[in-house]
Parts: sequence; structure tokens; C-alpha cells
Amino acid sequence: MTRVRATVLAFLFSMSSACAQSPAPPGALSCSGCHGAAGVEIPSLSGLSADEITEAMGAFKSGARPATLMNRLAKGFNETETRAISQWLASQRSAP
Amino acid sequence: MSRASRRGVLSGGAATLALTLAAPRAMGQARPKAVVIGGGFGGATCARYLNRLGVAVTLIEPNATYIACPFSNLVIHGSRDLAAQQFGYEALKREGIVIAPEMAAGVDADARLVRLASGATLPYDRLVLSPGIDIRFDALPGYDEAAAQIMPHAWKAGPQTLLLRSQLEAMRDGGVVVMSVPANPYRCPPGPYERASLIAHYLKTYKPKSKLIVLDAKDAFSKQKLFQTAWEELYPGILEWVALGAGGKTTEVSVKDMVVVTEFDRHKADVANIIPPQQAGRIAVAAGVADKSGWCPIDPVTFESKLRPNMHVIGDASIAGAMPKSAFAANAQAKVCASAVALLLRGEAPASPKLLNTCYSIVAPAYGISVAGVYHPAGGLLADVEGAGGVSTLGASSEVRAREAAYADSWFKTIAAEVFG
Ligand SMILES: Cc1cc2nc3c(=O)[nH]c(=O)nc-3n(C[C@H](O)[C@H](O)[C@H](O)COP(=O)(O)OP(=O)(O)OC[C@H]3O[C@@H](n4cnc5c(N)ncnc54)[C@H](O)[C@@H]3O)c2cc1C
Repeated sequence: MTRVRATVLAFLFSMSSACAQSPAPPGALSCSGCHGAAGVEIPSLSGLSADEITEAMGAFKSGARPATLMNRLAKGFNETETRAISQWLASQRSAP
Repeated sequence: MSRASRRGVLSGGAATLALTLAAPRAMGQARPKAVVIGGGFGGATCARYLNRLGVAVTLIEPNATYIACPFSNLVIHGSRDLAAQQFGYEALKREGIVIAPEMAAGVDADARLVRLASGATLPYDRLVLSPGIDIRFDALPGYDEAAAQIMPHAWKAGPQTLLLRSQLEAMRDGGVVVMSVPANPYRCPPGPYERASLIAHYLKTYKPKSKLIVLDAKDAFSKQKLFQTAWEELYPGILEWVALGAGGKTTEVSVKDMVVVTEFDRHKADVANIIPPQQAGRIAVAAGVADKSGWCPIDPVTFESKLRPNMHVIGDASIAGAMPKSAFAANAQAKVCASAVALLLRGEAPASPKLLNTCYSIVAPAYGISVAGVYHPAGGLLADVEGAGGVSTLGASSEVRAREAAYADSWFKTIAAEVFG
């Protein structure tokens, strides 16, 4: 009975949330902890293109762009992961 | 949903049931149910993300106002108002999250029901627990709830924070402040050292004949070199740190004599701040998701309990491997957990995540330092991604320190807005 209930729910939910976003790529959900609306010290990512974010992350990682902290975080992602995160961030309507 | 499982639903008796259940109901009413216990950094974030992903969410939280710990050391320092730490749940309610304003008292795992303090029950398809910590009032001889009114812990922000602040204000110049710091694991690894720095700054500024003794049950701590370099430069003769190896471990306290006892010494205090050992919020024990250590083992991909199915644990209560017990981590885990729960409710499997952490500490006004990390599931735990993360540069300019202090402030505003705004 419980299993049936779960399966029914899963079925209905999958239909009702057909519009649900595809899951965020690894790492992407953490960004909004620091990057939010404009008007504070840490820059908002809203309005940046995927290419701009990818390029910034690359420059943080190589040290070409000086940073207090983003250099330490950028090193945790390879190019494919960074690009996926950038694309996802750029695709968010109210980008974090 | 896969074809095979859809066929499963629509074959035999289950098909009839599915149709009877589905037909008279609007899609919205058929949404799967999640219950979240605890409206702090982890729970409130998770409730919001689940709600946005189409899950019906009830958030159980007894307090109408949440009082945030990050930056509460500045309240103790006297440079910040406690009001700046307070947040409500209006925005969550507006989004359609139902708030049950009381304590969760227990969980029936088989029936998938949460029992509330009032006796009412809430059914769930998936349960998320983010109850934070409880102080272990049985762990340090002499330190019980009554003792905390004389020697505050101030490790849950609120009246305890104000009590410690007022004791420092009332203390004579030339007094001795004693801080006791526990062994790992505990909430906010660098928090005691940020607090020590800010108390030392207050003493140096207003009561320069006073002293701060920090008694530690550890020999090493988060951002240690950065803190100690700053202490030598800013607070010489005021702040003394006593490591475990030098007899720093507190073995007993006496509120009657205002004494903090270590293996080798008895420290008479004018003000004593005891940060005691901690455990996962008690509901985790009642729900059966805490192990013998008092904390909750979890799957690093989904945050599902390793002890009970359909229950997820995030934030301070969880055993998150290399990830520290921080508000940043609780928020990051909440988002990954919400996403995993939504997929699991659809019968899909979540992919392996990555998570970040950043913890700023304020050592003095306009002097910030940070630790950061990137984590991924490895060996059944959340492990450091090698080559990433680390602490602020030693010997950086005062301009860099000021920038990190400003970033800390910015972080708090942004995360508070994401969680409560
Ligand atoms: C002095 C200090 C400074 C800190 N500074 C920082 C910092 O700079 N940066 C940082 O990232 N972190 C910091 N932290 C750590 C941060 O506060 C915690 O890691 C964070 O609050 C954890 O979130 P959580 O959701 O696990 O728990 P909490 O935020 O504590 O939330 C738990 C909630 O659950 C509720 N609850 C508990 N039991 C029940 C129950 N049975 N039923 C219903 N509700 C229940 C509680 O009322 C509470 O609202 C600091 C902590 C301290 C003490």
C-alpha cells in the first residue's frame, strides 16, 4: 500500500512538474550563498553571460585575475564543470 | 519516470487505485509532501527550494523569530545590534510554505508521520531534519542549564548573547575573562577564535588592564596561523591561548566560585564564557537518525540518513565529513538536498553533487580572514576536492583584510536574503 502510494505520487508529480527545471550541475547551487542582488560588496552575477562567467572563473583559477577567495574556489572545478555552472547560472531568470 | 515503472502503476489493481486517486483531484493537491524540521539556515533554505520545485512543504519551527549566530560575536563586541540578527518567516509563508509553529516531538518512520509537541501529526513522503545543535549539559561537570545563566555559552544566539555582552560591559577594568573551547566536532569551528579576537578588541579598547584566557581542548584550530599572527600584532599581553597540550582542556566549572578548572590549573574568572560540547538537535535522537556520537550519518549525494529511510539530515546535525558546521554549509547542503528530494519523489536518481563552503571571521574592525573549501562525495563521505580551498594569505595587506571584512558583511546580507528575505 505504501509502495503503491509512493508510485502513484511519483507518477502524478512527474506529470505536474513537467515544467520543473533540469537539476543544477555540480557546485552551481552553492553560488547564491554569496552572489545575490546587486548593491552589496560581492558582485551580483545577474546579467552575466555564460562566457563571461567561464572566463572569470578561468582567470581566478590561473591567478590572472587577483582575488581574495574566488581563486581558492575556482580550483575545485575543471573546465567542463565550470562551463556547465556558468551556463546554468546565466540561464536562471533571476540569476543568483 | 521510466516506462517500466509507469507500466507498473497502470497494471493490475494498482491501475484502478491510481485512477481513483488521480481522477477527482486537481494536480496541485496530488503534490508529494515534504516536512522540514527546523527553520534555521538549513531548514528554511530547504523548505524554500522544495517549494519552488513543486513539493508541498510544511516547516516545523517553534520560534516566530529566528536569531542568527553568524555575526553575533559582533553583538558581544558591542558593535552590532541583536536586531540585525533577527529574521521572520513571512516571506516563506507568502510563497505557500505552511509553518507549524511548535516543536517536533517524534517521528514514526514506518507510518511516515511527524508527531508535534501538541500531539498533532503531520504525514510526509520525505522528511528533512535541520535541527541544528543542542548543548550537552551532561558533558562538563558543573555546567548545567542553571550554570549557563552565570557562565553563558552564547552558542545559540539570543538572550545568551546579550547576557555575555552585559557581563563584559559590567566587568571592572583589570578583570579576567575566561573562555572554554570544546574538542571537535562543534558548531562553527573558527567561531570561538573570532569571539576571542573580538572580546580582546573590546578589552583593549575599553578595559586595557584586563586579560582574556582561552582554554582549548584542542592543539590545532581553523585558520590558526592567521588568528595567532593577528593576536600577536593586535592583542599582545591581553589574549592568552592555552592549548590542550599545555593543559587547556576544561574538566569542570564551578559557578559558585566562578572558577574554570583544567587538568593543571584553576582559573578564577570575572566573566566566563563556556562553549560546551554539543550534539545534533535532540529531535534527531528521537527520530532515530543520530548515531552513538550524537550526530547524524548521511549519504553524501542525497543527505538521506544512513539509519532511517526517507529522512534527510542537513546542517550542523549531520556528519558531513570535511564540510564544517557552518551556516554557509547548511545553506549549500539544503539546496542540494532539496534538489535530490524532488528527484527522488519523481523516482529519479540525483547525480553526484559538489558543494562549497566559505567562512569569514572578523579579527578586528575592518580585519577579515576566511577559509573556503570545495567538497564532493568520496568514500561515503563529503571529502575535500584536492587542490582547492584553503585560508586567506598570511601577511596580506591591511587593504586585503578590509576587503574580506566587507565581503563578510556582504555574505551575511545575501545569505540572509536567500534564506529569509
Ligand atoms: C558565535 C557563532 C558564530 C558563527 N558564525 C558563522 C559564520 O560567520 N559563518 C557561518 O557560515 N556560520 C557561522 N556560525 C554557524 C551557524 O550559525 C550554524 O552552522 C548554522 O546556524 C547551522 O544551521 P542549521 O540549520 O543546521 O541549524 P540552526 O540554524 O541552528 O537552525 C535550527 C533550527 O531548528 C529549530 N529546531 C530545533 N529543534 C527543533 C524541533 N524539535 N522542532 C522544530 N524545530 C526545531 C530551532 O529552533 C532552529 O531554528 C556561527 C555560529 C556561532 C555560534
